[in-house]
Amino acid sequence: MRLVMANFMRMRAARFFTAVTLAMLVSPLTAVAQNDAQDTSGAMLIKNAMVITITHGRIEHGSILIRDGKVAEVGTTVDAPADAKVIDASGMYVMPGIIDCHTHIAIDGDVNEGSISVSSMANIKDVLDPYDVNIYHELAGGVVIGNVLHGSANPIGGQTIVIKMKYGARPGDLPFPGALPGIKFALGENVKHSNFGGPIPRYPETRMGVEETIRDAFTRAREYQQEWAEYNRRKAAGEQNLIPPRRNVQLEPLVEVLEGKRYIHCHSYVSDEILMLMRVAKEFGFKVRTFQHVLEGYKVADEMAANDIGGSTFSDWWAYKMEAYDAIPYNMALMEKRGVIVSVNSDDPEEARHLNQEAAKSMRYGNLTENQALRLVTLNPAIQLGIDNHAGSIEPGKDADLVIYNRDPLSVYAVVQKTIIDGHVYFDREADISRRAGLAKEKQELLEKQKIAAKAAPKTEAEKNKKEEKKPHGKAKKHEKPQQPELADAMSGGAR
Amino acid sequence: MRTHDANLSLTLLAVLVVAVSFAMPAAAQNPQQGAPASGVYAIKGGKVFTLAGAPIENGTVVFRDGKIAAVGANIPAPDGARVIDASGLQVYPGMFDAATQIGLVEVGAVKATVDTVETGPFNPDVTAATAFNADSAHVDVTRAAGITEILTVPGSLGGRGGASSIIGGNASAVDLGGWNINDMVIRRHTAMELTWPSISTRSFDFTTFSVRNMPFDQAKKQYQQKVDQLSDLFDKARHYAQAMQSGSTGFARDLKLEALAPVVEGKEPLLVIASSERDIRNAVAFCEQQKVHMILGGAEEGWKTTDLLKKDSIPVIIGPILSMQQAEDDPYDADYAMPGQLYAAGVKIAFGSFNASFSRRLPQYAGTAVGYGLPHDEALKAVTVNAAQMLGLDDLGTIEAGKVANIVVTDGDLLELRTHVKYLFIKGQETSLENKQRELYERYRERPEPKKP
Repeated sequence: MRLVMANFMRMRAARFFTAVTLAMLVSPLTAVAQNDAQDTSGAMLIKNAMVITITHGRIEHGSILIRDGKVAEVGTTVDAPADAKVIDASGMYVMPGIIDCHTHIAIDGDVNEGSISVSSMANIKDVLDPYDVNIYHELAGGVVIGNVLHGSANPIGGQTIVIKMKYGARPGDLPFPGALPGIKFALGENVKHSNFGGPIPRYPETRMGVEETIRDAFTRAREYQQEWAEYNRRKAAGEQNLIPPRRNVQLEPLVEVLEGKRYIHCHSYVSDEILMLMRVAKEFGFKVRTFQHVLEGYKVADEMAANDIGGSTFSDWWAYKMEAYDAIPYNMALMEKRGVIVSVNSDDPEEARHLNQEAAKSMRYGNLTENQALRLVTLNPAIQLGIDNHAGSIEPGKDADLVIYNRDPLSVYAVVQKTIIDGHVYFDREADISRRAGLAKEKQELLEKQKIAAKAAPKTEAEKNKKEEKKPHGKAKKHEKPQQPELADAMSGGAR
Repeated sequence: MRTHDANLSLTLLAVLVVAVSFAMPAAAQNPQQGAPASGVYAIKGGKVFTLAGAPIENGTVVFRDGKIAAVGANIPAPDGARVIDASGLQVYPGMFDAATQIGLVEVGAVKATVDTVETGPFNPDVTAATAFNADSAHVDVTRAAGITEILTVPGSLGGRGGASSIIGGNASAVDLGGWNINDMVIRRHTAMELTWPSISTRSFDFTTFSVRNMPFDQAKKQYQQKVDQLSDLFDKARHYAQAMQSGSTGFARDLKLEALAPVVEGKEPLLVIASSERDIRNAVAFCEQQKVHMILGGAEEGWKTTDLLKKDSIPVIIGPILSMQQAEDDPYDADYAMPGQLYAAGVKIAFGSFNASFSRRLPQYAGTAVGYGLPHDEALKAVTVNAAQMLGLDDLGTIEAGKVANIVVTDGDLLELRTHVKYLFIKGQETSLENKQRELYERYRERPEPKKP
């Protein structure tokens, strides 16, 4: 059940039991491969759909031609080659695949390097897990792209990566080509360990200390940058026998931030800490790309807009901790109306599965238009991640990352039918359903075999215990939203 | 029932508070507003979903002194009634969150604001209504989403309360309009919460900040001890109830056993929170053996036990279905599809948020279930009348003459995400939709725009 520790347990449970047991055998991986094989002609035509382009309105009875993984043509009539694979989407709605600006899936192991306050050397790219079944779950919710971040244990958390939800691909194939790398920052209760804490207190314990932690890191980064600049200058001038400065893997990513080569995505809640980071950014001359969660963004939306900083928030989460008590579901609309680029994110593998629903709430709370609402999970996060030339809308030349719903995606009743990445069908609801009986049968047969093998094997007392321990865990514990998310979060997983 | 005088003075007070609240934007909640002196309202011209028959186009609902007097297509508004024009709008019974922690939790991470779980495994004598904070911001926020009644549940609520309590206490049915809990309480002892113990081989140790593993045998032994204690407690309670019934006097009073007496006598339902298939089956077997009136709560893997739930006619308060399936190799939509599957099998269902701040997601849960197979009209019942019936609160949940006038008027489908609540009535009084969040929205919407450079 929804224990505070659920996240923590899940990480381990999943690693111990799932990866090596039956779940792998009955996973939908095989299906992805099958779908891929069908698409090799290179062309695909989706026809008769309500096409929601995001940038050029809705096209009734529209068609989309996909070639080589890109959208080639969009319109009421398109010029499709005879051998194109055809998806008849009569009565269906096609929109750009959902982009989740804040996720912690596809990470092999723990999400926080909790030992130090500035863990900028830790890099998500090194621990990507393309077999995390949550990738498939997100596909089933229409998500095609995710910004994979560290947790929120540290003011400066670690290097992040934008991935495509290519379930079962090689780890190296997950990252979104050309996306600027990012770095996770975090402010507030989680970094000052307000709601939990190990036996030893850690600096910082106040929001004042958080500011100084970040200022100190950038002071060191600037000195390090100057050291290298000086070395390079003297080297270029032809000086011989120079000793280069010692590499500092903690400060290197921060130098990249100072040089505008790495985006800051900063977990934040209350208005004062949001203003603080803007002040520090000004002092050191770096840019903040987005504030994440930013539940009080509506209080400082003008300041965010003036500094060209995006806001990636939750739809209606509130009151799970003190810094979330002034959270309002109008946050999306208020920030949007003050000129902030706004997205709605999940921070949670389950929440990610219905980001279309979460976006729709901005129509109820603050009266955004249909297109404004859908932009919150498509083009706006694409802009925030710097990939809007390739993703976020249905336009010729962009990646063919699409999701097909049976109803208007802003309806609570809409169900994802197909999810397409780079022109390949990665999720197909019909195929998923038709596989179930066969997989259940296969699982049963394997369980029977396991039982027979267990009976045949000689038992020592220790082995007996071990086997019985595993029995109830023939399945992995589900991932759950804990009652107090920030606790599980800081210790393991999420970053609320 | 309120007397006429009390009603009038409340009305005057409400008018006064409404007037004053304009001068005090951050005033405490003023749940009631604009009541007519006659105590009579007529909602005219809307599409009325009575949930006791087909929807009535262009219908009228009349209510008087808190109760529905008439509903139909051609009913005139009585003299002196306050008439609400609901043309183009939809009229529904107010929603019922069948399991929540509203009033018991303000801010989850702030211990001083949390009153969910008492110390020790068995606390049948405690009652949620006692700790209910009528001034909680959750009350106003949830009400503004169209939820008029709740079952607020103490105890660990399947782990959500964050402790290892087994019997959490009496869940109280409460409506969300009133000045304090005395106005709002519908029934203090509506159901007894019991979180079914699980066989758990892993736990998190806060002193060492690490996961502790336990051999399965040992975990099972611990589980069995808990169930034995539970059986023992119920047996004692039955003997205690028999002793009380027989009028014998020679025994010491025991408040815990006394509190369990209505449960073992089948008068108060036992709300058993269980999620895995094994836990559900074990819990059902226990309740059969103890001959108690069981309601299953949570029930994430209820779809694996439909046969049993149907056979034993066990109603289910389904936990938040925007939830990941229990096992990786279960169908990805197992949670979304379960309400439809249970309904199709003939199991009575209601939705619960099992939370305070997510209570307003109740229609989203029901709507999602519709996408995955639950008929729309059944989804409406599962957020209104079904909970009332399960809990034996027969005057709630539909728009029919004689029922309590808890009514919500919307500009669209009650379950849709973009729908706005336009009017809300609780016990026949128009009730404010203002709340902390709306107020912050209004305040920051009015913030002067910066000068453009």
